[in-house]
Amino acid sequence: MTSTTVEQENPLTEGLERLPVHSTTLTIFGATGDLAKRKLLPALYNLAHEGALPERFNLVGVSRGELTDEAFRDEATEAIKQFSRRTPDETVLKALTANVRYVTGSFDDKTAYPKLGEVLDAFDEEAGQPLNRLFYLSTAPEFFPVIVENLGEAGLGHHEGVEVRCVIEKPFGTTLAEAKELNRSVLSVFEERQIFRIDHYLGKETVQNMMAFRFANGLFEPVWNRNYIDHVQITASEDLGIGSRAGYYDNAGALRDLVQNHMLQLLCHVAMEPPVDFSADEVRDEKVKVLHAIKAPTAASVDEMAVRAQYTKGTVGGEDVPGYLDEAGVPEDSNTETYAAMRLEIDNWRWAGVPFYLRTGKRLARKVTEIAVTLRPVPHLAFKQEGSVGVRPNQLVLTMQPNEGVSLSLLAKIPGTRMRIRPVNMEFLYGTAFLSQSPEAYERLIMDAMRGDATLFTRNDEVEAQWRICDPIVQKWESTPGPLPTYEAGTQGPAEADALLLGDAEWRAI
Amino acid sequence: MEGDLGVATADAVWSERDTTPSRIEEALRDLLRERHAEDEASVPARVLNLVVVVDAEWSGEIANRLRGVGRYHASRTIVCAVERGRTTLDASASIAVDADHDPHAPAPMREFVMVKVGPRHLDHLDRIVDPLVVTDLATVLWSPHGHPEAVDSLLGLAQVVLLDSLDEPDVGEALQRARALTGSAYVVDLAWLRSTPWRERVAATFDPVNLRPDLRMISSVTVRHHPDSGAAALLLVGWLASRLEWDTGALHARDGVVSGKLHARRQDVAVRLEPVPQMRTIGLAGLELETASGRWLRLDRGPGGLRAHYRHKRGVDREWTILGASRGEPGILGEGIRQALLRDHTYAPALACAETMAP
Repeated sequence: MTSTTVEQENPLTEGLERLPVHSTTLTIFGATGDLAKRKLLPALYNLAHEGALPERFNLVGVSRGELTDEAFRDEATEAIKQFSRRTPDETVLKALTANVRYVTGSFDDKTAYPKLGEVLDAFDEEAGQPLNRLFYLSTAPEFFPVIVENLGEAGLGHHEGVEVRCVIEKPFGTTLAEAKELNRSVLSVFEERQIFRIDHYLGKETVQNMMAFRFANGLFEPVWNRNYIDHVQITASEDLGIGSRAGYYDNAGALRDLVQNHMLQLLCHVAMEPPVDFSADEVRDEKVKVLHAIKAPTAASVDEMAVRAQYTKGTVGGEDVPGYLDEAGVPEDSNTETYAAMRLEIDNWRWAGVPFYLRTGKRLARKVTEIAVTLRPVPHLAFKQEGSVGVRPNQLVLTMQPNEGVSLSLLAKIPGTRMRIRPVNMEFLYGTAFLSQSPEAYERLIMDAMRGDATLFTRNDEVEAQWRICDPIVQKWESTPGPLPTYEAGTQGPAEADALLLGDAEWRAI
Repeated sequence: MEGDLGVATADAVWSERDTTPSRIEEALRDLLRERHAEDEASVPARVLNLVVVVDAEWSGEIANRLRGVGRYHASRTIVCAVERGRTTLDASASIAVDADHDPHAPAPMREFVMVKVGPRHLDHLDRIVDPLVVTDLATVLWSPHGHPEAVDSLLGLAQVVLLDSLDEPDVGEALQRARALTGSAYVVDLAWLRSTPWRERVAATFDPVNLRPDLRMISSVTVRHHPDSGAAALLLVGWLASRLEWDTGALHARDGVVSGKLHARRQDVAVRLEPVPQMRTIGLAGLELETASGRWLRLDRGPGGLRAHYRHKRGVDREWTILGASRGEPGILGEGIRQALLRDHTYAPALACAETMAP
């Protein structure tokens, strides 16, 4: 090893499971909000517990409420105790919160930003070195451009000698035009490499495992194309209603809430070509190619390829539940969809002619997120005889929740003297094969952002490509008066969704 | 010890005196089937086999240690308890499921087998254990009470050997034993794992590009350790020596303190390993590094993490806490089991350097 090598590489990192992360000050905008309390602060605690945070780590909260550092520290401590996935170790919790600072200010208050700058400088001074800065925008989306602009004006978009990064929560725009405008606004202050647009689904182990599953196993890739795959169904269903989120949900609807971001990301993972390597841009380049290969619907074609609906009252898990229009906070004439389904086609060599069905909804029969890949039937089935049960093509199901795993349906002979067959499942369940608990998605994503690894974050062109697909549907639905098709709460969804299916395809039971 | 894996469990149990491996294996299959039939959510876990060879009279202590590993239980644990004078096999098997598991989620079953063996069985212990391990899963061997003949017999079955270099009273012999085993299996040394947070932090300190050249200028290393943890201290210095390509040679012991000089390319490195008699938990207590360029770093165990004390070239002092919870001894064993599924190729070179430094 030459001294030049030592200067270029740190020989001490070899073999370590956790690579060093540059010392960082994390600023959370919206630090007293629900997301911060339920997810971000507990995630930070768990990282601290495991010794995964950078060597020097400081936390600053920014929010409108008038709080002292001590009061914010108490709130953060309480939130961590309430929502952490493990019981906090008092000494670690105390050490984590000991240095926490709080800056009061509404996000459009320009005087708050120089104050924030002073706090950040003080941390640098205390450390005797400039620390990386990570701004986490955990606020209502209308504040994203405001905060970014004010950070820029206060000179906080860059810092000599260290990295400044900005994490932006979803939703990234509510239309294509908004997403473009937000990108323009954010990119006027930060460079793309500084921006980390969160889609927390990408932080889930099972979503990441899809790449390992596809590209590390020789078994599946040869059949992963139009010659062997009949269709793909991606489902993200909830048995719950909208709870106390009427204000957000009635403005968003199912399409914006889940399809435009999470479900299209899942589709990309199923359909993308193998990247050259797993660097951020190589992976994202491949995902963007998939999105570009999906023909955006026209106003005229929306009704043929997309279905929306609202739930009516029904029974879920033995409990009577109200319909969407009777939920607290929902306008009685709301046209917001609580169910969205669509058929997409990817016009490339691998997938031409293979329909991809996406569906999501509230108050459906069960909570499940899964991708079901249905293979083409065998050309001739000699066993199709009396007594065989449920003969159907092989289906590979990748389940994200609730029970993370992979199952493959196969046809097997029913024991007995006759040659009768029925489907059986070969199942792999994550919980049975690994000792480690999956880290919470936010733990992984916060660490990646601090490390500067954007692989699991959405790039500007990716967001716009997602909106290019969904925007015509949003426009058409918003311009088409109701009432919407309905489905009874606790069921499989609206019958209208069946019309999307081509050939012999059927929706998988939720 | 049977079935007692440290969590609230619902067990299915079988036992038989004067039994055979095939009877035990058959009983396990039956238990798995019965348990699954009773509760469809109960499914076999398939992660790794852990084979433990213990003295029967100390099996309670081992049970306590296994009880503390939390979620890092092996999916099938086979304990061979050695009883003096025993000539036949007695065995028990149990299947445990967390009693309060989510009824809508799969509940992995953990399998536990206790086989009472005699000294006469140890030379061919593989013939007893082989039918009991789940084929195609990694098998980890842990023999905390020695029994080298049993270890030799089982090395053909095990891909991983779990050991603790602190178990041997003589540090040099401990490191020699570990090194001998690295030729036959992947070794997970709990003494090495005790140094992980320290290694991570030293690596982080020198990670900024402007500090990396200082790695070449380390001129002094002091490690403070529990009096019984000399092997962990030597492994930590061995790691620095192997990664930074220092020439190593035997250190000298005097009044419990081990010291000497190693040779980096540009300067000597003074090494000092100091036992801390008042330290209550085994492992490392502190680390000090000094560079010829004038940097000085001290890390000490502290509440909520490691307390760092740093002085740079111009003499300005800084102190801060590097956050992290202590894993405790049960956590170290759990980590050892988890590490059996990973590979750290820096241990063997560090061990080789440590062995040459042993006084």
